[in-house]
Amino acid sequence: MGDPTPENLLTTPLDALHRELGARMVPFAGYAMPVQYSGILHEHAQARNHAALFDVSHMGQAEVRHPEGIEAAARAFEALVPGDLMALKPGQIRYTLFTNPAGGILDDLMVTNAGDHLYVVVNAGCKVDDFKHMHAGLEGCTVTERPDLALLALQGPEAAKVLARLCPEAAGMAFMTARKLDVAGFTVWASRSGYTGEDGYEISVPGDRAEAFARRLLEEPEVEFSGLGARDSLRLEAGLCLYGSDIDTATTPIEADLKWTIGKRRRAEAGFPGAETILKQLAEGTARRRVGLRLDGRQPARAHTAIVDASGNKIGEVTSGGFGPTVEAAIAMGYVDAAHAAPGTRVACSVRGKALTAEVVTMPFAPHRYYKS
Amino acid sequence: MAKIYYSEEHEWISVEGGVGTVGITEYAQEQLGDVVFVELPEVGASIDKGDDVAVVESVKAASEVYSPVSGEVVEINEELADAPGLVNQHAEGDGWFYKVNLTDDSELDDLLTRAEYKAFLEGLE
Repeated sequence: MGDPTPENLLTTPLDALHRELGARMVPFAGYAMPVQYSGILHEHAQARNHAALFDVSHMGQAEVRHPEGIEAAARAFEALVPGDLMALKPGQIRYTLFTNPAGGILDDLMVTNAGDHLYVVVNAGCKVDDFKHMHAGLEGCTVTERPDLALLALQGPEAAKVLARLCPEAAGMAFMTARKLDVAGFTVWASRSGYTGEDGYEISVPGDRAEAFARRLLEEPEVEFSGLGARDSLRLEAGLCLYGSDIDTATTPIEADLKWTIGKRRRAEAGFPGAETILKQLAEGTARRRVGLRLDGRQPARAHTAIVDASGNKIGEVTSGGFGPTVEAAIAMGYVDAAHAAPGTRVACSVRGKALTAEVVTMPFAPHRYYKS
Repeated sequence: MAKIYYSEEHEWISVEGGVGTVGITEYAQEQLGDVVFVELPEVGASIDKGDDVAVVESVKAASEVYSPVSGEVVEINEELADAPGLVNQHAEGDGWFYKVNLTDDSELDDLLTRAEYKAFLEGLE
């Protein structure tokens, strides 16, 4: 049996199903969320080898409309993010960042050109502030929050095979595109995207149909539920940032090694919050940078662990760290002084008085296996 | 015949001939989840009751292990270096952590019997 829900926590539409399946529920961003079912290592392997189903209904979903159409909505949205949203063709998705006037990151998010509107997914822990920010900053737009929608992620090398069995059109979708699908009688909005480094889909479904939809997917032999624990180890191996740990208002997109999210046209035109700082850093570099660390042993270096050079001088700090089940080594990401940021640089992490030796490496730690059409 | 004691911090110690074998309980391993690394004390280390002598790293987090007794560490479970999963599979057997030469047998009186530990766990539910 699962744990009881403290009354102050919100629940997702799949709460009863998680408990029925024996999930261990933990508070996360104000929600009772499943951290694991049978075990994190198994659930991690499920996503790497088969198809893992994640409940990510705590994330914020919203639609943005402009009376003059999608192009006007995209133009208005560009005032808040450095991504090139005007270039999005119908069905295309972009990963981008809300930045602040100092160049710090307020949140990372996905924006899709959904034809007549923009479909937006933001982090659970930031959604209240993000939606306020959108209501206030999206000139001429209507922002419709969609708490009535659940969000399920189906991730893994067998995800496409499973979904295609229930809906043939799912198979041919390109990576980072989205469309409406009829999956076994459920009308859903499916995005070919994810947070694991694997091929897969993030599927938006009405909350009152979410449990039936999840049960239908779980009937397929390749599919099992995975929890937030595995989601974290998967995204770390994929080198993907966790907002609040690896990026926040004190880090800029350039320090965070996310300069690829700044569109070419946007670099030329500026016109996003913090553009002055961010474009200056883009040209001149930054004093510190987010890097990947592969430790020599199995002992993890967790967030806030000091990173030191060969002489023991502090050169940075771990922001996310743990054991990578697929790479079978302790891995971490963190910020180091630029002089130590080159791949191959030897460093160490100070864990309880011991210096765990490590090497700066290029991320991802586990290769991305996104679908290439 | 070895006698087994338990602590409220979820360690067990099996004592025979003045030497105690220490590990974490079945309940503890289940709470921690998949163990990926165990940091053990050094052989020869002198430890006091209540010292944090070992650290269990699960996928999720690090947890400290407190020594249920005082003494000298005489052996550590080398197998855990390559097979930390033993802690999940056999927490109260092959997944033992270290052996300690007890300096004060009376410290055992503060620990729980199996029945008392079981009752303690029921109180946590």
